[in-house]
Amino acid sequence: MNIEKNLLYTKDHEWVRIEGKVAYVGITDYAQHSLGDITFVELPKIGEEIKQASYCATVESVKAASEVYAPLSGKVLSVNAELSAHPELINQSPCEKGYFFTMEFSNEAQKANLMDAATYQRYVEGISK
Amino acid sequence: MPIQYQGILAEHAYTRQAVSVFDVCHMGEFLLEADPALSGFDRVVTQNIISIPPASCRYGFMLNEQAGVLDDLVVYRINKNNWMLVVNAATALGDFEYLKKNLSGEYHLQNVSDKTGKLDLQGPHSLDVLRDIFGDDIGKLSYYTFADFVFEKEHCIISRTGYTGELGFEIYISNDYVVKLWEFLLKGRGVKPAGLGSRDTLRLEMGYPLYGQDLDINRTPLAAGFGKFIDFSKDFIGKDALLKELNSGPGEHLICFRADSRRAPRHGFAIFDMDKRVGTVTSGSFSPTLSVGIGMGYVAGNYNIGTQLVVRDVSTEISVTIVKKPFLSKTSL
Repeated sequence: MNIEKNLLYTKDHEWVRIEGKVAYVGITDYAQHSLGDITFVELPKIGEEIKQASYCATVESVKAASEVYAPLSGKVLSVNAELSAHPELINQSPCEKGYFFTMEFSNEAQKANLMDAATYQRYVEGISK
Repeated sequence: MPIQYQGILAEHAYTRQAVSVFDVCHMGEFLLEADPALSGFDRVVTQNIISIPPASCRYGFMLNEQAGVLDDLVVYRINKNNWMLVVNAATALGDFEYLKKNLSGEYHLQNVSDKTGKLDLQGPHSLDVLRDIFGDDIGKLSYYTFADFVFEKEHCIISRTGYTGELGFEIYISNDYVVKLWEFLLKGRGVKPAGLGSRDTLRLEMGYPLYGQDLDINRTPLAAGFGKFIDFSKDFIGKDALLKELNSGPGEHLICFRADSRRAPRHGFAIFDMDKRVGTVTSGSFSPTLSVGIGMGYVAGNYNIGTQLVVRDVSTEISVTIVKKPFLSKTSL
């Protein structure tokens, strides 16, 4: 399993990559692997205000549907339009081509609620045991 | 049997395009030696078994007096009075008791599920693979017939049947040899293993029912649209209830529907006609071949092909259109 060093992580297996005031959001390699083949994704609307740890997207695999929670609070800037026709990008490249959306986050302090790569690694290993 | 090996979509596509092997050793098998009329066996199942030629098999149902489906099963006629019954795993013990209760006179019934392995080889290349192993005789099998073959000195039964909608075979062999056969099939023959996940998406694309979801003790075969597997010219348990239902028309019908997006309807979703709840989804999935959501479910009343409905749960709403069964019209079957 691949855990990218420069990302922050949630307990629900979302990742966030921070570039200045903008955050890229997606689900982790661990999450895509557990879900299996992803067949559908419902993304938030551009301009929508989302709240940390609240529902923001849905991802469906052949096996089941799962909710995705916002890693930070803020406003959705853009969504990855490729995913509607090619949700398999989430399986193939969860942290790059398979990102879900970008957001402008409003509260720097919320980063403290996220894990760095080493902490997430230990967290996932704890689940797998 | 695992849900998947390399992935449900890949296994699904490989079965439609090439050939996969499914480990379905969990299925139940009974051997029965009985005169079908004198023992009452003919009364226990809905299909006409007396007219089955030896070395052929036939699909049908075991019903209770209310015509609720106890199980769907395939009856293999080995010879005049010898039969193999292939039943669902979860219902096998109940089926066995039900048979014992309803058979009489001279008969010998054995549950051989624990000693019988079962591998399904399914896909357009399945015949070529088996011809290499068992010789040309395998090519003589027509749909729903079977014959005896030998693998490493062990006898096995191979029928040209399946649950995927593709050209395919089901192999019954002793548990002592089944692992060997599994490994043999997977070695250098272009065969890949497939799991329960793709088994479900493959059967759903054909509109084949899954017992416990699309059929159960509260549904009748008429409501499910499987009247052609019922022989009304004979006497069988549940016939009176079915005749009544035939007169009044079933109160509900199993429909097949296609979503207008990739979103998958799921088992248990409610079916709505405008604002009115009219039924429940019994099976639903993303269709790998069609790249849209598909499903089956029971609705009250009669609906025509092409009718638009909505299926939903608390957080999801999907527009669907009723379509003809099967979802796929062209396969290698």
